Amino acid sequence: MASIAFERVTKTFEKNVVIKDLDLKIEDGKFTVLVGPSGCGKTTLLRMIAGIDPQTSGKVLIGGRDVTRIAPGQRGVAMVFQNYAIYPTMSVRDNIEFGLKNNKVGKAERNQLVETISSTVGLYDYLDRKPSTLSGGQRQRVALARAMVKKPAVFLMDEPLSNLDAKLRAQMRIELIELHKKLGTTFVYVTHDQVEAMSMADTIVLMNQGVIQQEAAPDVMYRKPSNLFAAQFIGVPPMNVGELGVEGVRFGFRPESAVLADEAGDEHFSISGRIATREMLGSETLYQVRGANHAFMIKCTEDLFTVDQEVHVGVAAKQMYFFGADGKRIDEDHHRYRDYMEALRGKRNG
Amino acid sequence: MDKQSRWAQLRPYMMIAPAMAGILAFVIYPILYLIYLSFFKYNLMNKDKSKFIGLDNFTQIFTRADFYKALSNTMIYTASVVLLTMFISLLIAVWLNKKSKINVIVQAGIFTPHIISIVSISLVWLWLMEPNLGFLNYVLKTLGLPPSQWLQSSKTALLSVIIVSVWQGIGYYVLIIVAALQSISPSIYEAAALDNASKWKVFYKITLPIISPQLFFILVIMTIGSFKVFDTVQVMTGGGPNNATNTIVYYIYGFRTTNIGYSAATGVVLMAIIGLLTFVYFRLLSKKVHYQ
Ligand SMILES: Nc1ncnc2c1ncn2[C@@H]1O[C@H](COP(=O)(O)OP(=O)(O)O)[C@@H](O)[C@H]1O
Ligand SMILES: [Mg+2]
Repeated sequence: MASIAFERVTKTFEKNVVIKDLDLKIEDGKFTVLVGPSGCGKTTLLRMIAGIDPQTSGKVLIGGRDVTRIAPGQRGVAMVFQNYAIYPTMSVRDNIEFGLKNNKVGKAERNQLVETISSTVGLYDYLDRKPSTLSGGQRQRVALARAMVKKPAVFLMDEPLSNLDAKLRAQMRIELIELHKKLGTTFVYVTHDQVEAMSMADTIVLMNQGVIQQEAAPDVMYRKPSNLFAAQFIGVPPMNVGELGVEGVRFGFRPESAVLADEAGDEHFSISGRIATREMLGSETLYQVRGANHAFMIKCTEDLFTVDQEVHVGVAAKQMYFFGADGKRIDEDHHRYRDYMEALRGKRNG
Repeated sequence: MDKQSRWAQLRPYMMIAPAMAGILAFVIYPILYLIYLSFFKYNLMNKDKSKFIGLDNFTQIFTRADFYKALSNTMIYTASVVLLTMFISLLIAVWLNKKSKINVIVQAGIFTPHIISIVSISLVWLWLMEPNLGFLNYVLKTLGLPPSQWLQSSKTALLSVIIVSVWQGIGYYVLIIVAALQSISPSIYEAAALDNASKWKVFYKITLPIISPQLFFILVIMTIGSFKVFDTVQVMTGGGPNNATNTIVYYIYGFRTTNIGYSAATGVVLMAIIGLLTFVYFRLLSKKVHYQ
């Protein structure tokens, strides 16, 4: 087990600065998810921990030890690659025990480890198969077993579920959570999918363009996004945002915190509009409501309205968010908060 | 209706007919005719005086010392050329695999011999290997090493021919191996690095098995090609000195006017040897080749 720390880490690819002066602490034994849009530098960050593409400057510490000069194989980390990177010519068994052999683990212990791990991931009957004869999910498990068998202090995973179908992905999510509970090691998990981040993480690290936007537990991330980017990245559909018209401030609310009604209600924020689209998703329905100045996505648990119907959107005061001109969220104890609330009331039916 | 369905049945055969005609005329017929000829004491001047002699030509082949000399030369030549070319190509390919500007130039340079006629190459090497004025001996002398007689001594002649063939062939095979190496996903090497594998282990446990289909292909193609070596021998040594570089095909060529039946029989034997060798390769090695 080990914590990970980045200290003023910069990474450049041929003059192209991908990450600049990044500081980050990843707690020991926690399930940390790095999330962000494609190309924001998540994989780059993970590869720096693994040592397969070391930082240009700054320090990476694993368990308090500077690993800059330590080879990937000796850092005590294991990694599951996005494309699994299974050795194509080796059998499942050889794939799993390759790392053990290189670390000079004795044959008896090796066999025992391979057998336990392969049973854990459900590959026991496939040990002598070649990877080309396995399904996507099974290959993914080979990659997982190969990482687990080394008993690493740090478990790195780069979008390990993105090549699986939706059902298998949901199942693997649960299995990974259980695996983490059982192993208790530090997990660093990279994904571009905020649902994965929300469902698995102890701590989410949200990145955009090489800069950390927010580090928080999933519920905090959802309830108290630190800026507009975090507010719009976490949650589907993303938070609705509109111009307040005062000092460049923007207001926002989540699609699920609005109520739709035929008559205007007495909520703090209320506008009228027409339903432009309706997406019935089963347990919930998404409406797009077009008003005079805005279009908002509204999520309802009941399916009561039809397209082209005139409706009223209402949001309670405590469900509203405000963001400054710089994109940062304005907290409730900000001295102008009340003024913004008043301005919002003024937009009623606007 | 009936006419139409019959046409539908016939159409595929009609379509391949031209190609089949070509194969029949230029592959199957010559082979059969070669076998046919091998049973005759053939008279080129007067066909009617040709005599069917059964297996006499073959009996003769297997009792003549010069055939065994040609056969052993060919085997030594083939084994050396195949092993040397594969080993050196692999070495160069692994080195060229690291992408850089210099490597692209080197790769083009190495490939160049392949687009030059083997006859020109043989002539150039003939000069280079000239014992008194040639460049190779000049280099040897400059380095303080004893000069060699190269093609003019029966001890070194075969080796000289081998060097030229290897030099000519390498570029092409390097290209094939480099292509194979570059198809390997870099993340496999990264996974191996995380698995704490040494460079050597990565090479023989991961790289070699992955490119084994290409290596096997090269092995088969080169063995067949080397067994049929002719042009280098013809231009550089004419089979000499003292039969030291006489190879089977050159041996066959030697009887083209005097005893064509005997030539044909030797050709049949060569075909059988190559067929057998290829069969053995597939039997012994195909399990070690990892097709994906
Ligand atoms: N080997 C490389 N050479 C040049 N640029 C790279 C390389 N790897 C990544 N990048 C760039 O770094 C940025 C971050 O990439 P990456 O970490 O892979 O993003 P992601 O968050 O999608 O995993 C991207 O703009 C990408 O183009
Ligand atoms: Mg990535």
